[in-house]
Amino acid sequence: MSEIKNLIELKNISMSFDGETVLDDLSLSIKDGEFVTFLGASGCGKTTTLRIIAGFIDPVQGDVFFDGKRINGVPPYRRSVNTIFQRYALFPHLNVYENVAFGLRVAKTPKNEIHERVMEILAMVNLKGLEHRKVDRLSGGQQQRVAIARAIVNRPKVLLLDEPLAALDYKLRKDMQNELKRIQRQLGITFIFVTHDQEEALSMSDTVVVMNEGKIQQIGSPTDIYNEPINAFVADFIGESNIIAGTMVRDYLVRMDGRNFTCLDSGFSENEPVDVVIRPEDVDIVPPERGMLEGEVTSVIFKGVHYEMIIDVCGFKWMVQTTDGQEVGDKVGLYIEPDAIHIMKKSKYSDMFGDYSTYSDEMEEALAGEEEVAE
Amino acid sequence: MKTANPKWGTRLLNAPYILWSMIFIIVPLIMVAVYAFTETANVFCIKAEYKGKTYDYEIEMYTGEILAGNPGNFVLDEEKAGNVNMDYAKEMVAQCLGAEYSEVTFVEAKPEYNRVSSFTFANIKTAFSGNYIRAFGLSLRLSVIATLISLLVAYPFAYALSRTGIRSQRIQMLLIMLPMWMNMLIRTYAWTDIIANNGIFNKMLGLIGIGPVQMLETEGAVIMGMVYNYLPYMILPIYTIMSKIEPSLLEAAEDLGCNGFQKLRRVIMPLSLPGVISGIIMVFVPSISTFYISYKMSNGKITLIGDLIETQMKNQMTTGGLNVGAALSLALMVIILICTFILNRTDKDGEGGMII
Repeated sequence: MSEIKNLIELKNISMSFDGETVLDDLSLSIKDGEFVTFLGASGCGKTTTLRIIAGFIDPVQGDVFFDGKRINGVPPYRRSVNTIFQRYALFPHLNVYENVAFGLRVAKTPKNEIHERVMEILAMVNLKGLEHRKVDRLSGGQQQRVAIARAIVNRPKVLLLDEPLAALDYKLRKDMQNELKRIQRQLGITFIFVTHDQEEALSMSDTVVVMNEGKIQQIGSPTDIYNEPINAFVADFIGESNIIAGTMVRDYLVRMDGRNFTCLDSGFSENEPVDVVIRPEDVDIVPPERGMLEGEVTSVIFKGVHYEMIIDVCGFKWMVQTTDGQEVGDKVGLYIEPDAIHIMKKSKYSDMFGDYSTYSDEMEEALAGEEEVAE
Repeated sequence: MKTANPKWGTRLLNAPYILWSMIFIIVPLIMVAVYAFTETANVFCIKAEYKGKTYDYEIEMYTGEILAGNPGNFVLDEEKAGNVNMDYAKEMVAQCLGAEYSEVTFVEAKPEYNRVSSFTFANIKTAFSGNYIRAFGLSLRLSVIATLISLLVAYPFAYALSRTGIRSQRIQMLLIMLPMWMNMLIRTYAWTDIIANNGIFNKMLGLIGIGPVQMLETEGAVIMGMVYNYLPYMILPIYTIMSKIEPSLLEAAEDLGCNGFQKLRRVIMPLSLPGVISGIIMVFVPSISTFYISYKMSNGKITLIGDLIETQMKNQMTTGGLNVGAALSLALMVIILICTFILNRTDKDGEGGMII
C-alpha cells in the first residue's frame, strides 16, 4: 500500500495581532482522510490555525500548502475547504433548504442536481421534513446539523470545525460526536476539529494536536497523548494527573518522595531531575503498612463510577480515583505499579503543575490574591 | 406571531401615546379630510332690526355673495365684489331691506371664518386638475430621483462605515450628523449662495475656464437640495442594520464560495433590505412633500406640490384655499401610502420596514 499523502502542510507559521504573537513558528502536516483535533485552552492559537487553513487570515510568516501547492493569499472562496462555525453562522434570511443549497447555487450547479444533493445530505444529517423551516425556528442541535449539511454538501476535501459542539448540552454533544464521527467515516474526508474539551478530542480523533501559547506541545494518537504525555502541560491538560518532581536514579528506577520506585522508562542520564506523572486511576489504596507511600485522606467526592479522593502525603496532595471509598481522616497507603509511572523530561512547565491543592489555575490565582490581602 | 394579552399595567403605559395620537394625529387628520370634502366660507353674520322685526343675514366676505337672508331688490356693485368689508356688508343689509342705513339697528355683526357649508368633490377634482397634477408629477419624479441618488450614495458608505473600527465609526457618524445641528432653512439658503452664478462653485469652475454654469433654478439644484438635506436619514437605518450583520455570516458566505460581489448580492443585500426600505421611506416622504427646498433652490421657478399647498394655505382668506390645500394634502397622503405599501410588500419578513 502506498503511503497516504499529506493533504495540508503548515510550515513555520507565525501569526500576530497588534504585535501580540498568537502562533509561533508552527509546523504541521495533516494526512488525507484524517480526523485531526487541535486541542488547547482559549487563546492557545487553535482557532487562528484553523482560520489560516480556511483562508480568512494570512500568516505573517510561513507557508500553507494544500495538496502540494502553496495557497498563501488564496481567498477562502477558491479553497476546497469548508468551515462549520462556532455559532453556526446560518443565513437568517434563508430557510433550511436554501441554507444548504447556498454553496451549490453560488457554484451555479444545475437545479436538479442541487435538489438531489441537498435532499441526500439532509437525509444524511436527519433533517428530512424540515426543508422549509426558518433557521431561527430550529433547536440548537438542528441548527448544528444544518451547519454540517451546508458545509459537506459542497464535497470539500477538508472540513474545518471550529468548536462546533460547544453550545450544545452534554447528552446532545455526545450524540453529535458520534454523528460527526459517522459522517467523517462515510465521506472519508479530512476533518480538522478545534476544541478545548479534552474528552471530546480523545474520543473523536485519529490525531490530537495539543497546543499552548501558540506552540504545538504534542502531536499524537489519543492513547499516546494520554499515556505518554511529553511534558507537565500536556499531562495536566489531558485528564487528571499527579505530577511529582523526581530524580532518575538510573534506567528503570526513579526516586521521589524519598523513595525509589521501579518504572519502565529508560534513556535518561543518571540522577537527571525529571517530572513523574501518575494518573489518579493507576494508584491503588492499601492499608498503611503495605503502602509504598503513606498519607491521610483529606477529601472524598463520590463521582458515580468511582470515588475521587485527595490524599495528603507529606504535604503533597495526590488525587486518587478508586471504587473503594474511605473516610476523611483515614490513614491509607498508596501502592503504585511500575507501569503506572510515566517519566517526562523537565520543561518550562515543570513547576507550574503539581498536586491537587486546587484544581484550576484560576482558583490558585484567586487564593493567592486572598493571601496577599490577609497579609 | 400572536402576542399574549398584556397586563393592565403594561397597557396603561400606552395611554399617554394614545392620548397624544388622538389629539395631534387623529384629530388633524379628520380635519384635513373634512376640509377636503367640503366647501367653507368666511362670512359676516349680521342680525338687523328694522320696523320692529329682526332679520338674519349672512354675507360672504370679499365676494359679497348673500348666503342667507332675503336679498330683496339688491344688486351687488361689480366694483365692490371681491372687496366687501363689514361696513359695506351692513349697507348691503340695509339696501336688501329697502331701508335707509340709519333706520336699521344692527343687533349683532360679527365675522365668522372657515364655516363648513356643504359636502363636495370639487376640491378633490381641483387637486387632480391642470397645474396641480403637473406639480404632483414633478414632485414624484424629483423625489424618486433624489431618493435613488441618496440610496446610491448611502449604501456603499453605510457598508464601509459598518466595517471600520469603532472609533472611526463614531467620528464619521458625527460628521454625518453635524450639518443637522444647523437649521435646515439656513443650510438650504447657504447652498443657494454656493451654487449661484457668482457663487463659489462657479468661481472655481471659472478658474479652469468653464462656466458660469446655471445651477440655481434648475431641477438638478432642487434634487441636490433634497439629497443634501435628507441623506442622513438614508445612511442611518442602513448603517444600523448593516452593523448588526454578524461578521461570521460574511465569512460563511466566502467559505461557501462567494466572491465580493456574490457576498453582496446573496447575503448583505437581503439582510440589509429592511434598512434600505426604512431609508427610502424616510427620504422619499419628506422629499415629495417639501416646499422650502424647491422654492429656495429654484427661486420660486419650480413649483412642487408642497409649494402649491403652502400657497393655498397662505391665501385661504381670499380663495377658499383651505379646502383645496386640504384636498391636495389628502391626495399626497394617498400617493405616499401607496408607495410605502408597495415598498413594504418587498420586505416579506417586515423587519423594521413598517414605516408609514
